[in-house]
Amino acid sequence: MSFVKLTASTLAIAAVSATAAAARDQVQVAGSSTVLPYASIVAEVFGENTDFPTPVVESGGSSAGLKRFCEGVGENTIDVANASRQIREKEIKACAEAGVTDIIEVRIGYDGIVFASQQSGPEFSAFEPSDIYNAIGAQVMKDGALVENSFNSWAEFNADLPDAEIAMFIPGTKHGTREVFEDKVLLKGCEATGAMQAMLDGGMDEDAAEDACLDVRQDGKSVDIDGDYTETLARIDANTNGIGVFGLAFYENNTDKLKVATMSDVAPSTETISTGEYPVSRPLFFYVKKAHIGVIPGLQEYAQFFVADEIAGPSGPLANYGLVADPELAKTQEAVANATTMGSGS
Amino acid sequence: MTDASMDNPPPARARSLRQADANTRRRNAAEKRFRAYGMVAILTGLFFLTVLFVSIIRSGAPAFTRTVVNVEFTLTQDQMDAAESELFKTKAYSNLFIAALQGKLEERGMSVEFDEAAIERLLGKVGGTLRAHYKEFPDDVGKPVPFELAASSRVDGYYKGRVNRETLQDSRFLQLSDLDLVDALEEAQIIKQAFSWTFITGADSGVDNPGGAGIGAAVVGSFFMMLVVLVLSLPIGVAASIYLEEFAPQNRFTDLIEVNISNLAAVPSIVFGILGLAVFIQFMHLPQSAPLVGGLVLSLMTLPTIIISTRASLKAVPPSIRDAALGVGASKMQAVFHHVLPLAAPGILTGTIIGLAQALGETAPLLLIGMVGFVARGYPDGFVAGFTEPNSAMPAQIYTWAARADASFYEKAWGGIIILLAFLLTMNIIAIILRRRFERRW
Repeated sequence: MSFVKLTASTLAIAAVSATAAAARDQVQVAGSSTVLPYASIVAEVFGENTDFPTPVVESGGSSAGLKRFCEGVGENTIDVANASRQIREKEIKACAEAGVTDIIEVRIGYDGIVFASQQSGPEFSAFEPSDIYNAIGAQVMKDGALVENSFNSWAEFNADLPDAEIAMFIPGTKHGTREVFEDKVLLKGCEATGAMQAMLDGGMDEDAAEDACLDVRQDGKSVDIDGDYTETLARIDANTNGIGVFGLAFYENNTDKLKVATMSDVAPSTETISTGEYPVSRPLFFYVKKAHIGVIPGLQEYAQFFVADEIAGPSGPLANYGLVADPELAKTQEAVANATTMGSGS
Repeated sequence: MTDASMDNPPPARARSLRQADANTRRRNAAEKRFRAYGMVAILTGLFFLTVLFVSIIRSGAPAFTRTVVNVEFTLTQDQMDAAESELFKTKAYSNLFIAALQGKLEERGMSVEFDEAAIERLLGKVGGTLRAHYKEFPDDVGKPVPFELAASSRVDGYYKGRVNRETLQDSRFLQLSDLDLVDALEEAQIIKQAFSWTFITGADSGVDNPGGAGIGAAVVGSFFMMLVVLVLSLPIGVAASIYLEEFAPQNRFTDLIEVNISNLAAVPSIVFGILGLAVFIQFMHLPQSAPLVGGLVLSLMTLPTIIISTRASLKAVPPSIRDAALGVGASKMQAVFHHVLPLAAPGILTGTIIGLAQALGETAPLLLIGMVGFVARGYPDGFVAGFTEPNSAMPAQIYTWAARADASFYEKAWGGIIILLAFLLTMNIIAIILRRRFERRW
């Protein structure tokens, strides 16, 4: 019955090891899939350059990451949450209720959101927020009246754009990117086309009008992509007229397949985003539990390493991959070095 | 009976038996048609299997080769000390290497123009490999050491047809003029394609370093998970089904259990993931991202499959075997363990392998217990650590790669599928060998 003995001993080993492993020695990170590539670059380099083990970086989205972050303090909770948006009041409160009171906010840089189409497709080279709104907004201005969107071609509302069928692939509502897309493109376009004013004149209050501006048409001309950018890329590959919403880094990695359009006459690049000229960008963050510093080896070192000039600066590997370096990095470095928590003099 | 048939002889046939009448022909034709349907069904299956295999192998084969730069490099002690004093040490190593390569190329007198930035664009992330080498072999400092280092993913793509001169747009990753340098270096036999052991034995790497990424660590993670699944679900599953099939009384309670087991087999795997997160990690405080927890979750998923197939194969053992054993005075337990179980063993093994194969390919429950992401970063040190140190699994690693921006990771995802299939095939072969041995012993 050697099999039984083997079984028993393996089980025993597994049980013993489970208790022995309670002391965690590596940093655990989870959160935004937009920050994941940058975090994985830093994690690899951190493991190669220091004596600490390589941190574990999971994805799952900003909200999911922050939710896990706010579960409490202790070795079986994560140390760092990546986020492609700032932490919300509600989340800070949830954190505090679970005992996570001291949170260090670290801004790592900026990410641009670009509009790209197939390399060999129609000449989509310049957009305004109003074009995007006219193409996919639920209600648009047509001949001076607010009507259900029935545009089929880009040329119908802007003669400068190609006479190609409208097919937009936008991030689904679970993505942090969607929020930026709504704020910086749809809402702006809604205001610019006069649809917003028409809604207000029609008796809506301001909040209702803003919500109505963010509605996209449901007739298949605009498709929500719930997966990641690779899925959007596959859709563009299959549709000559397709226009997708991508992160700048993803586009730069796929310039052989995609061509990018300007937004409000500004071409997206790390330069135009860092100066703020290119309108559709957002800051990226990670949040550190102060209570874990000193408990989990390497946590503060990881945070400091992440924002060091050599890594997150304009000539570091993150910028090389497509992150737009933060001009105020020095301030962030200081805050991380002093472990300055949110709300305490920042 | 014989008399009766003699009294009423069958009606005499009008023609010889050798000549088929209309009815026989119709029946024969129906049979032929049925056989043809069967053949068509099998051929359709084979066709799709071939399409699948060809596309997997075509897309995955490039992952097994990589473009490397073959150069001899000497690191002096001073250079090493200087590099070690910096924060970003691997970058310093990589800069030293670039400078050395540039010097070497200028000495040789290359026909094309190039600068330091061009060399940097051609090379992958070499600093990590260099530093790891000198950490492991400190005696190599000061001596010329031949290195085979990964080229950048764009250069790799140029060799594999992903990047070509027509569609290439100058970017900070690669410029058109760099391709001339690549061609010149190939002539000088500095750049070449080589089989990539790194892909098979390496661990996952950052998104900007596809040349250093491998699936080895994830294979190890999968292996430890399968070990947990096997050790837990096989004995528990077999014991449960023997009890239910041979000893348990037939009543409402056992009926309820039976219905529940059948239902559990159909529960979506993500449900087990949530259960695992709540029970094993949040309640029992087992480590996150550990193959131990992954194995426990997958065991829960595999148990119903094993129980159902084990019960089916126990049922398939003819009752005469049991009766004979009981008849010569064996106890019920002796009858089951000496006679029924060995006969059912091949069926049990088949069910176990199906269950394990299912578990091997599962990603959804792993998402929730932290095994998907940038996790598989190295081999566990030792057998025990294999269960508890954070690791990923093959399907999770493939999923992660497929989502990355750089196209060469997509190719690696296909390569990972080949490795996954090879792992599965090995498991099946082991099962077949074991099954044969069990059959002979009885």
